[in-house]
Amino acid sequence: MTLRRDLPGLLLACLVLTSCQTRPRADLVLCNGAEPQTLDPALVSGQLEGRLCATLYEGLTRKDPKGKPVPGVAEKWSVSPDGRTYTFTLRDHAQWSNGDPLTAEDFRYSWLRALNPATASPYAEILFFVDGAEDYHSGRTDPETVGIRVIDPLTLEVKLRHPTPFFPSLITFTTYLPVHRATVEKFGDRWTRPENWVGNGPYCLLDWKINDRVSLVKNPKYHHPGNIQLRRIDALSVARASTAFNLYCSGQADLLLDKGMIPSLILPQLRGRPDFHPGPLLATYFYRFNVTRPPFNDPRIRRAFALAIDKEAITEKVTRGGEPVAQALTPRGINGYQPPEGLPRDVETARGLLRQAGYPDGRGFPRVSILYNKSELNEQIAIEIQAQWKRDLGIEVDLRNQEWATYLRSLDELDFDIARSSWVGDYDDPNTFLDCFVTGRGNNRTGWSNSRYDSLLASALAEPNPARRFQILQQAETLLVTEALPIFPIYHFVGVLMFNPDRWDGLYPNLLDEHPLAEIKPRAIRSSK
Amino acid sequence: MFPFLARRFLSSIPVLFSVLVLCFLLVRIAPGSPFASERALDPVTKSLLEEKYGLSGSLPSQILRYTGHVIQGDLGESLKFRGRTVTEIIAQSLPRSLLLGSISFSLALGLGIPLGAWAAARNGTTSDTVLNALALLTLSIPTFVLAPLSVLLFAFHLHLLPPAGWGSLQQLLLPSFCLAIPFIGSCARLTRSGLLQTLRSDYIRTARSKGVPESKLVFLHALRPAVLPLVAYAGPLAANILTGSLVVEEVFAIPGIGQFFVNGVMNRDVLMVSGVVLVYCLLLLFFNLVADWLTALLDPRIRLSA
Repeated sequence: MTLRRDLPGLLLACLVLTSCQTRPRADLVLCNGAEPQTLDPALVSGQLEGRLCATLYEGLTRKDPKGKPVPGVAEKWSVSPDGRTYTFTLRDHAQWSNGDPLTAEDFRYSWLRALNPATASPYAEILFFVDGAEDYHSGRTDPETVGIRVIDPLTLEVKLRHPTPFFPSLITFTTYLPVHRATVEKFGDRWTRPENWVGNGPYCLLDWKINDRVSLVKNPKYHHPGNIQLRRIDALSVARASTAFNLYCSGQADLLLDKGMIPSLILPQLRGRPDFHPGPLLATYFYRFNVTRPPFNDPRIRRAFALAIDKEAITEKVTRGGEPVAQALTPRGINGYQPPEGLPRDVETARGLLRQAGYPDGRGFPRVSILYNKSELNEQIAIEIQAQWKRDLGIEVDLRNQEWATYLRSLDELDFDIARSSWVGDYDDPNTFLDCFVTGRGNNRTGWSNSRYDSLLASALAEPNPARRFQILQQAETLLVTEALPIFPIYHFVGVLMFNPDRWDGLYPNLLDEHPLAEIKPRAIRSSK
Repeated sequence: MFPFLARRFLSSIPVLFSVLVLCFLLVRIAPGSPFASERALDPVTKSLLEEKYGLSGSLPSQILRYTGHVIQGDLGESLKFRGRTVTEIIAQSLPRSLLLGSISFSLALGLGIPLGAWAAARNGTTSDTVLNALALLTLSIPTFVLAPLSVLLFAFHLHLLPPAGWGSLQQLLLPSFCLAIPFIGSCARLTRSGLLQTLRSDYIRTARSKGVPESKLVFLHALRPAVLPLVAYAGPLAANILTGSLVVEEVFAIPGIGQFFVNGVMNRDVLMVSGVVLVYCLLLLFFNLVADWLTALLDPRIRLSA
């Protein structure tokens, strides 16, 4: 009888004990965003997973805290005079976390694995810079035809399709990270579990609890373990910005690495605080036109709509995070590249263009809509733009709000008139933005096709001289954002880091928003918590 | 008892099956692909992924394949979290929601019933009116308002509890209260109305006229039949509360199962959604069974075989 009465209590106590195991606090706790979808570098497509992978694996090169590529597993590299062949010399004694030697063959295997159609890598196309990679990925050729050659265990030769001056920076990208062949082949999809995992980065995977945290511990087999000062790092999976911010404010987290982790409403109040570190970001918010159907198949109408936008009003009234107004698609800050000036606001010319197109003062203009995915910010921007067009062009547009997956389908099927979009650069080169709008690209999503634009991008790819290459890309971008206008840029995003500068060192806002966790160092001995 | 259990078990099989098929069908016919992202996926990769997860071919063939796997105990892999099985995700997340839910459930009943009984015993007095108003208030405040407000008060103004996180007993307090509060109100109201009705019945009048003290009358004689409506309500409530809540889990960073119901649908993660709905359905059937058994136990006039 006593047992029967106490049974529920006992069960509850057991549940409490098994579910709540108190762990000592890690040396660094950060809010990393939502739950990572995978930690297999070939399958990663998101930034939060990329951040963890950059800590768990090391590529031939890696990014320093300011976002510049520095030697990683490769000690040095040389480029052929035509800029198409890179020869990497790997560090002697580089090894995996289980002690296996790390060789050039590991890189060849990993890159071919990511390209193998059976892997279904969402980012395989970032490897298409390598000669023969695209053909192999599409199943037309064998892996032997891909331009990756192992000269000896410490020398890897990579032949590229075109001269790619940003290649040392590009190969820091997650898809280019190496994986341990024996582990992948032994455990299949389950190889990234902490008990199976093998990697070569500065940290090892200690634990991974769904929707809770990924725990990382210093890798003693890393080539420079002495440089790593934090023994354990916990990356919390927190989807909600206000929760992440609460954790940071209460000291349960030390670091917020993403603006998405800060409630946008309080952003203006945080400016000026010593722990608030804003910086430019290689990302643009823009609108797309569907150029395959009236009325936006008429370039004059696209131009009129773009000319009537008051972008300052949007960044000052709506976004309010200090975002720079975007004149071009590519943000400023890529070394050596000057984005075009773009279109200035000119309501008179816009009205004139509408008149020419047969809609004086907007009269008789068909009913069109702005499509956006459900979010307060997208909605407020759409409302502001709707009001501007009504005021300045006399045209009333509808707002069409869809949830994420439905919105993506509408984009893919060109089932929209005007659609909200954004693009985050994968590498620090304008090509990461401009390539989207080449005819037939999956990310084009406007139906726009322009042979001059396509040939400009093709000739930029073939151009070995970096300065001339940027000039060609600038011409292409001018065509995109001032003449043809299948899109019009609105603003560039800003990145925000939150950390106490008196306690943490090794964190700098940078264009690609990359912050290697292994470079973070405590400034003073932490008081025990 | 046994024939009753056997019949209930058998009748639940078609229910489970229909729920599973309906759930799979609804998520699959919703517009949008589970593999879509802002970066367009090439068609070859997309079709490979669909094949890998058993989402290729006609819809009926997909449903047949899926139900076939479920019968063999295989709920499949999440489409969003690559390489993780639905069973594994549920096995990790469900115990946490069960823990939080059990505390909230105990709070809802443990506070709701005495408060309701107390209000009923003081029917028509000021304290009854105040309690009634309070119960209505807890029912009307949505969790997405209550949870952030409680964080603000207890974590940042009073500095009594951590604002979020999982791993210590203190971190359990705020979320379990936030999850329980609306149900405390409804339990109190149900108990009060049930008790008021019972207190008007003949046998209570007889007991009262015999001089049985009021507190003994309420808690010993009237409460048992009065909680019958509450027991019927507590079955689905238990299934509800034990499977967590998206808002509470997100606000307090609880790694439970509740968020998979909503996020799974948003991601079109059909196998994940079907898996968690199956768990919910099983819990619901189980707790309804328990509620029926308790009803029979509390009211001898009800027979399980009837």
